[in-house]
Amino acid sequence: MAGADRGPTARPPVPSFEMKQTSLHDVHAALGAKLVDFAGWHMPVQYGPILDEVRCVRERVGLFDLGHMGRVWVSGPDALAFVDHVVTCYTAKIPLGSIRYGLLCRENGSPIDDLLVYRQEDGIFLVVNASNTDEDLAWMRAHTAGFDVTIEDQTIELAMLALQGQASAAVLSKLTDYDLAGLGYYKFAFGTVCGLPDVRISRTGYTGEDGFEVYFPDGESERVWNELLAAGESEGLAPIGLGARDTLRLEAGMALFGHEIDAEHNPIEAGLNFAVSFKEEKGDWIGREPLLRVKENPRRKLIGITTDGKRVPRQGYELYKDDQAIGRVCSGAVSPTIGKNIGSAYLPVDLAVAGESVDLDIRGKRQACTVVDLPFYSRTRK
Amino acid sequence: MRPDDRRYLPSHEWAKLDDETVLVGITDFAVKELSSGNEGDLVYCDMPEVGRLVAQGETFGEIESVKAVADLNCPVAGEIIEINAEIEEHLEVLSQDPWRKGWLIRVKPESTSLDHLLDAEAYEALLEKSEH
Repeated sequence: MAGADRGPTARPPVPSFEMKQTSLHDVHAALGAKLVDFAGWHMPVQYGPILDEVRCVRERVGLFDLGHMGRVWVSGPDALAFVDHVVTCYTAKIPLGSIRYGLLCRENGSPIDDLLVYRQEDGIFLVVNASNTDEDLAWMRAHTAGFDVTIEDQTIELAMLALQGQASAAVLSKLTDYDLAGLGYYKFAFGTVCGLPDVRISRTGYTGEDGFEVYFPDGESERVWNELLAAGESEGLAPIGLGARDTLRLEAGMALFGHEIDAEHNPIEAGLNFAVSFKEEKGDWIGREPLLRVKENPRRKLIGITTDGKRVPRQGYELYKDDQAIGRVCSGAVSPTIGKNIGSAYLPVDLAVAGESVDLDIRGKRQACTVVDLPFYSRTRK
Repeated sequence: MRPDDRRYLPSHEWAKLDDETVLVGITDFAVKELSSGNEGDLVYCDMPEVGRLVAQGETFGEIESVKAVADLNCPVAGEIIEINAEIEEHLEVLSQDPWRKGWLIRVKPESTSLDHLLDAEAYEALLEKSEH
């Protein structure tokens, strides 16, 4: 099994001493989680069978430790203008208390990271990928010239947990006095959770289900985690690892940095136009011109593939149309929701059409796949 | 202690003499690593054609779990004369009985000597080292 380094579960089972941990690390270990290196963090990839964890979130509700995600607070008189200068979404247009998805791009339009932008009265809260937090911070700090702005890394001091699934509101409402029914999708508010005041409650997630992400002082992690698990017992709440999270987000057609988007794959061809504003009023921002040119003439398009074959599409596998190599798989998974193996890939625009047949190449063996539109799964569009 | 009636590769395959042939499988450790202890996490085993010649250490197939793919390497040189067809449809056999029912291929070896492989004690020592 010398090739066992080709997947996330096959990384060394032993944490190296420099690996970072969330304050729930030992709680996960005690729950029997399999812990792996994820972007330098020793994180739970699964507590039980991954497919069961996916079903748990689709059918009931799951709890995730996302303490590894980067949390950044941007404040100062020019916070809004600064964020509009470095991210692709139109920050000044975000209503107070709302959240938008955006990207941080280089001058040539290639993404450094994707992120959530929370707009509030006194500043902007950003949630970024664990793997890119350091680079994001360095990039933003290198581009503050002319802006009166303060950039603060809050990753360590804040805990981040996600409740995802249709029973999320039922579970969280047992532990908060905030009226969750009044909190719309991609909106946030501050309320008391588990007796902790001013907890950031955000109706967001990375699973395609209704759900919440909550941020509170890290020292309270274990108590809040346990109280949530206990409160959700009657709803079938279970802890869910990053393995199921990856399948859930792929089913929901959500991009993952390092897979669908990276230095080689821009947000336009990834189908993230909704997150990129070319409006004059936003002003010039880093990466605008090159991305505008891509928008006018895209070459590739991100699509989904499904296969009835047993082999699972994996990142890097090549796709063929007859004898012509036409693209590579970005992500793949066994999808219990669709009942097939699925993947995402960039194809030339003329082949990126639902219903097109393509072949997946697995070391010279071919497996038939069908092109489908993303997402594979939508809770609102069944 | 793993069975001492066979020899091992550091990449977690075992080889067991059976008359003049060699049976090849993967160890319980390999199965556990791939499936994370959940037999349902194994999704596919890609088996070779009967009649194929393999060199010692050559990859003869692949085994796939929900989240990973691993190569299957042949501990001995020879000709693959039989595959365990049951495995392709019943991957759970690998979790339940990796040592007997879970054999993968039968090889007619160039040599019946397994001396180039790890014995059970050396394999145990290797696992212990990787777990600490």
